[in-house]
Amino acid sequence: MSALLEVADLRKSFAGGRSLFGGARPMVRAVDGISFDLARGETLGLVGETGSGKSTLGRLVLRLIEPSAGQVRFEGQDVTRASRTAMRALRPRMQMVFQDPYGSLDPRMTAGEIVAEPMTAHGMARAEAMRRANDLMEQVGLRRAMATRYPHEFSGGQRQRIGIARAIALDPALVVLDEPVSALDVSVQAQILNLLAEIQARSSVAYLFIAHDLAVVRHVSDRVAVMYLGRIVEIAPRDALYGAPRHPYTVSLLSAVPRPDPAREKSRIRSRPIGEIGSAAALPSGCRFHPRCPRARLVAARGGETLPAAGTHLPRACVEQDPVPAPVGAAAHLAACHFPDET
Amino acid sequence: MSAAFALRGLTAAVPGDKGPVRLVEDVSLEVDAGETLAVVGESGSGKTVTFTSALGLLPRPGRVIAGEAMLDGVDLLKLPAEDLRCMRGARIGMVFQDPLTGLNPVFRIGDQIAEVLRAHQPVSRRAARDRAVELLRRVQIPDPARRIDDYPHQFSGGMRQRVLIAMAIALGPRVLIADEPTTALDVTVQAQVLDLLGDLRRADGMAMVLITHDLGVVARQADRVAVMYAGRVVETGTVEQVFRAPRHPYTVALFRSMPDLDAPAGSMLAPIAGSPPDPARRPAGCAFAPRCLVADDLMACRSETPRLRGAPHAAACHRLDEREPTA
Repeated sequence: MSALLEVADLRKSFAGGRSLFGGARPMVRAVDGISFDLARGETLGLVGETGSGKSTLGRLVLRLIEPSAGQVRFEGQDVTRASRTAMRALRPRMQMVFQDPYGSLDPRMTAGEIVAEPMTAHGMARAEAMRRANDLMEQVGLRRAMATRYPHEFSGGQRQRIGIARAIALDPALVVLDEPVSALDVSVQAQILNLLAEIQARSSVAYLFIAHDLAVVRHVSDRVAVMYLGRIVEIAPRDALYGAPRHPYTVSLLSAVPRPDPAREKSRIRSRPIGEIGSAAALPSGCRFHPRCPRARLVAARGGETLPAAGTHLPRACVEQDPVPAPVGAAAHLAACHFPDET
Repeated sequence: MSAAFALRGLTAAVPGDKGPVRLVEDVSLEVDAGETLAVVGESGSGKTVTFTSALGLLPRPGRVIAGEAMLDGVDLLKLPAEDLRCMRGARIGMVFQDPLTGLNPVFRIGDQIAEVLRAHQPVSRRAARDRAVELLRRVQIPDPARRIDDYPHQFSGGMRQRVLIAMAIALGPRVLIADEPTTALDVTVQAQVLDLLGDLRRADGMAMVLITHDLGVVARQADRVAVMYAGRVVETGTVEQVFRAPRHPYTVALFRSMPDLDAPAGSMLAPIAGSPPDPARRPAGCAFAPRCLVADDLMACRSETPRLRGAPHAAACHRLDEREPTA
């Protein structure tokens, strides 16, 4: 069976333009050669820090922005080269839920109108769309009577439910969720995560779940991809990624998350990346993680050929060669590291 | 021994249509020198308002209507505005969530730190600058003598937060209040900033108040914890006590609703139904009762506000004894 979504060597550069004082800014390679598949009914979690390109990737997949290169295939169709008419036919099948439950709903429309809008836009009669909207309100845990209220009358969690109702109105095969719970309080976050799980169990919708919270991503995902400066540096089934991470960046991320366990927290030894995420406008040579990589420093200290880099000496491969994602351990586990077997 | 900083019965309110709306009510907290107290709660729980009120920083028309905030035997709430301003900065340092808003974009980093020093101490420009370099070194900014002449936009988010920490500790405060200091930062940078705060607290013996919504940060960083809900402290104890055996139904529910990296994969979350009440429309009795799994309509849950009981591991719940017959 072919995948629902196939992404091949997708790239997006933003022109740097000119700065205020006239100097040319370098190109920003926000998404820099990304490939992955997503099956029907599957959830792929996409984690990364600010500037990793994860939100850009989500928008590229839905062609809300145009890629610079590469291909996105959805249900066998080439999305990247689809005509306007073809895109219009595809739109109902692929939807998006945004982070901000405040900014993403039109304040002048009632909740019912917001949920009904995609249906009327795709030719459903208004009365029928409003009736369906009321059903959907119920499906996402809101009362039908709430359909006549305006967004400001809802709490953050309720607004996110409206956003979800709107996204599933046309029975999509794929929903891209961009930080859907990060603006919500913990106690409300769990309600939304459970709702998303129920919807998936019922409809076999696939999710591309973009988030920076590693515990949330682990909770919802079948597979997880870790992004760093425009690349997927590791992708694996959930338990493999969390249980036996192979890329040093993944190791550092997992080690940095504070766990709600005081005894463990206070005795834990952390693998800590050096400094902060670099800039996609000035990518390092070779492996883009090398300036921060604790593993490269360990490998260099053990001997072998090194080059001066990042104020120290690092293995030649790390400084010179851009690693490609390669199978480590099980076939579905890929990591883009020259030394995936080191720990 | 008396606490470095103590709040007693702090109540703050804003005017509402039907009389004052209490944002925080009867909050009593203490933090000792060299200790970190974490104050946790969701948005609207009053965790930030508690400390802005105590420091005279609550925006108008909000005001403190009862309680005291004791620092070195002095009630901050009784001080004239000018004296309180001196106290802040000198004796109490503050670090807030957003590292952009705390810095002025048009002044050099070094000048902004020197400004803090010169506002409180009679030091020369030269000496203030030297102190600023030293402070940047203490918060681990690489190459501080050169970076001191940079502007805020030349610093990353994590580095800006370090600069704000440098400003907060510039005058050697006894108490450092950090409100979500790492929430705007990425997780790897968050770990670095938390380590820095912990190191500074230990080195200087400061009392630290860490306001956060992140229970992981609490476990990592704090000695004691106070859980706030709907403007009140509902549970307080050592971090070990509260995490091992939470006593308030809200704290219990909070732990169950949170995805945990160490829990078996695929387990269901148990969300808390509903959402926290609006301060103007808090229910009678226990504010958590409408969302509570153990609230009993026959009991005082719906009519009386529960008091904190059972110190040193205290909880404000009417059903405390019943649920824990041995406690």
